[in-house]
Amino acid sequence: MTVVERREVALVDLLDRLLAGGVVIVGDLTLRIADVDLVRIDLNALISSVNAQVPSPFGDSQ
Amino acid sequence: MTGLRYVYAVCRPFGAPLQAQLTGVAGAPPRQLVHHGLVAVFSEVPASDFAEEPLRAHLEDLDWLTATARAHQGVIDALTVVTTPLPLRLGTVFHDDSGVRTMIEARERVFRRTLERLEGRVEWGVKVYAEVSPEQAQSGTPSAPAVSGQPVSGRDYLRRRSTQARAHENMWQQAEEFAGRLHATLCAHAEDSRLHNPQNATLSGAAGRNVLNAAYLVPRSRSEEFVELVDRTKDESKGGTPGMRVELTGPWAAYSFVEEEQT
Repeated sequence: MTVVERREVALVDLLDRLLAGGVVIVGDLTLRIADVDLVRIDLNALISSVNAQVPSPFGDSQ
Repeated sequence: MTGLRYVYAVCRPFGAPLQAQLTGVAGAPPRQLVHHGLVAVFSEVPASDFAEEPLRAHLEDLDWLTATARAHQGVIDALTVVTTPLPLRLGTVFHDDSGVRTMIEARERVFRRTLERLEGRVEWGVKVYAEVSPEQAQSGTPSAPAVSGQPVSGRDYLRRRSTQARAHENMWQQAEEFAGRLHATLCAHAEDSRLHNPQNATLSGAAGRNVLNAAYLVPRSRSEEFVELVDRTKDESKGGTPGMRVELTGPWAAYSFVEEEQT
């Protein structure tokens, strides 16, 4: 059904959409997680995780 | 019924059933809540993981975030097969059904208008990377003789440095021009576009610097044409502008186009 072959979507591409896109609903109705702050929090988390997982810049060549 | 409601998307009612084995976040199957002629697709999730505090903590955990993002996307993908979903941002959680209903009522008009606008459209992501070869980055222009180890005079050294800097500058300028041209071409074949922030190479693990990270809204019926256009550009970039890499992702639900036009 898709025009191009489906391969596993890269996490960054996914987060570009799921954390920076999509309808944001804030207010008393929700638990207020879908907030802009989220993007910052997660990117910090990502960066530190990536750094922790890849101690050497020469370790992993993709 | 003590679970919270994790809502993935709002859609118009759709006839076709979702895949029976589909699981959403927290391994829970997606369900539908119909209200005022709109459908909220949600999973019941445990408060122990999805209440505000635990959710915030989980979002700092890359493995958890990855699993949740992929599960969320899995549901959106499945919806995209049967309808045009209006995706909500990751982590939109309500206390109960009545919270979901109230949200639908409060935004009914905007939802309908947006669903109307996005009907039959998908999003394509296009990224351009400028790749600097390690030799270029370290030892100046490709034409500079590779005379490593040989002593150089101070003047030669400075000359080489300035050539190197100029080459570098030219390269970025070329990269920006290439990306600008491509964006203009693709815009002419899309209904709408959005520019995302360039991706950080540490996060993406991609080689080169991300100079364009854009999303294009394209009718499903014209997607094949759009993909072919991007493919042609890839070939051109190989021939005409060396060091440029074009990447296409999609089709996505129209995540980047859910907001009304802001100009």
